Amino acid sequence: MNGDWHYRFREHKGTLAAFAAFVVMFTIYAANHPAGLNANVATTAANKGVLLAIVAMAQTFVVLTSGIDLSVGMVMVLANCLASTIVVGSPQQATLGACAVLLVGVVCGAINGLIVIFGRLQPIVTTIATGAIYYGAALALRPVPGGDVDASLANALTGQLPGGIPASLALLLALVALVWLPFRRSVIGRAVYALGSSELAAYMSGVPVQRAKLVAYTLSGFLAAVAGLFVTLITYSGEASAANGGAYTLYSIAAVVLGGVSLFGGSGSAIGAIFGALMFRTIGDLLFVFNVEPLWQPLFQGIVLFAAVSLGALRLLRVRNRLELYG
Amino acid sequence: MDDARAASRVSGDTLGGRLRQFALQMDRTIVWPFACIGAVLVVGSLYSSSFLSPDYLLQQLKVASFLGVIATGAMIVILLGQIDLSVPWVVAVGGMMATAATGWGAIGSALAIPVGVGCGVALGLVSGAGVAYLRIPSMVVTLAVNAVAQGLMIVHTGGFSPQDASSPAMRFIATGQTLLGIPNALVVWTIVGVAAVFLLTRTTFGRTVYAIGNRERAAYLSGARTRVVVMSAFALAGGMSALGGVLLAGYASKAAQAMGDPYLLPAIAAVVLGGTSILGGRGSYIGTVAGVILITLLQSILSVAQMPEYGRHVTYGFVIIAMLLIYGRGRRHSD
Repeated sequence: MNGDWHYRFREHKGTLAAFAAFVVMFTIYAANHPAGLNANVATTAANKGVLLAIVAMAQTFVVLTSGIDLSVGMVMVLANCLASTIVVGSPQQATLGACAVLLVGVVCGAINGLIVIFGRLQPIVTTIATGAIYYGAALALRPVPGGDVDASLANALTGQLPGGIPASLALLLALVALVWLPFRRSVIGRAVYALGSSELAAYMSGVPVQRAKLVAYTLSGFLAAVAGLFVTLITYSGEASAANGGAYTLYSIAAVVLGGVSLFGGSGSAIGAIFGALMFRTIGDLLFVFNVEPLWQPLFQGIVLFAAVSLGALRLLRVRNRLELYG
Repeated sequence: MDDARAASRVSGDTLGGRLRQFALQMDRTIVWPFACIGAVLVVGSLYSSSFLSPDYLLQQLKVASFLGVIATGAMIVILLGQIDLSVPWVVAVGGMMATAATGWGAIGSALAIPVGVGCGVALGLVSGAGVAYLRIPSMVVTLAVNAVAQGLMIVHTGGFSPQDASSPAMRFIATGQTLLGIPNALVVWTIVGVAAVFLLTRTTFGRTVYAIGNRERAAYLSGARTRVVVMSAFALAGGMSALGGVLLAGYASKAAQAMGDPYLLPAIAAVVLGGTSILGGRGSYIGTVAGVILITLLQSILSVAQMPEYGRHVTYGFVIIAMLLIYGRGRRHSD
């Protein structure tokens, strides 16, 4: 058990690096915040961070299969618009509505998966096209922003638990414990990692490649819908915003990479992606705390992102044979 | 009788034979997009005969030129097996820097187009260096470059749409007409397209791009200067995106914050619908032309037919999926 610590360390290096970077950044942020780290500051920061973290988790499942899901943002927007119409009324009705929203997310993810698996289309183009369809559906549901979600339900999930802990963090923990960990430990989860490393080798070894892919895409859709539901609870309303959907899709890719998940598939974890997402959000907050002109914030955010992804080039230092550079 | 048969056997020399050979060489990935363009036009003409009028078609080709120029850059990068997600803000940089240069006076006005395109090339060089030398996945590098370009433009404009107008030359190439009423934007696209075909099929650079897309390691071992080629390809793509931005700014007589946003996904979709493999190494420019025209026509007809916006998005997505299911499928594991 102790003999393989070196291997285990290498496997989780990306996750640990993302965790460490986040802790450092968040400490600087909290230490310099004018109001100090009180429960309200933490809750606001957590709500923003958790939202991106859930989308990044959704992206991770597909990226692990060496695919990419450019429709996560649009599924989120669709879930948001749907939730703003059906998560209303009495607690029972709202719960039923929330379940329906999650089911729609599952269906969206499964459609992506089925087209990629049985249609044999490339994930990137498939999800561009299905993203357009999902966005169209969202627009049909909510041509103009609106909706009126029950504030008490919303506040329960976006407010604080007794003791001042942000409720959204509890939601994130629950998702990790109920979705990610069981997945990671299951045969299907291992199959996803295997097919991400080498699909052909996995297929030849009798790994259930198709089933694993379908599960990955479906879970991605499910988590994107959770994120959409969460947006609804934060804003109390639904908006079919293409800009929002596109931004979250792109941020989720950035978060996944910052979290040490390989875009080539087969390595990394959703926990890394979560810290990647929290880190990405903290960058913005840090700039705010240090009174950077709002005008300059996007530029600094871009430069930090660029610098962070350039760190990936450090692996070149360990390359002994130049051929290793070329895939 | 026998003579005729013999003649038909060596018909490679006759015109008909050449046509037949040409048809055989035509990939079905090129025939299909053109067939779909025909189908879209037929369906459109059932709705209104004006869809077949030369004026309408010429107008569509003009609109397609903007996407066509941008898709040219996207295609070169996709042929490498990479992807360029920095299109939105490189387009905006092209438009904004060109209009900003116009504001510097007569010299700036004359240099507006080169300045805009040059800024795009510079951003493309950064992406290309990241991909070629730092070996970072292109999806991430171009995403970061997109973020940096956005940041730069927000600082440059103060977060508002810039007030500078585009130069007369920009307006001329985007909205003017030359002889026979052919829009200048279409002429620009034609020049870009001919140059791209020449570059891809008749130069070492082009052959290397295809080789890298098929297998970079093999290209490297064959002595190709893969890293220089990859970096130049990204620089070219950046220049093309910026040129698209210059044209768009000329068309609207000013640049705007989100002017490039509607071009990223359609550009990729056009390239892929045109039969270029997203994995790289396979594809022809004529297919991309078909893909661009197809997407432009589809968007135009759906909006002229007064389909509500949501229906347009849904149809657009369905058509892409359906077309790719017809001719863009990958191989089975068992193959």
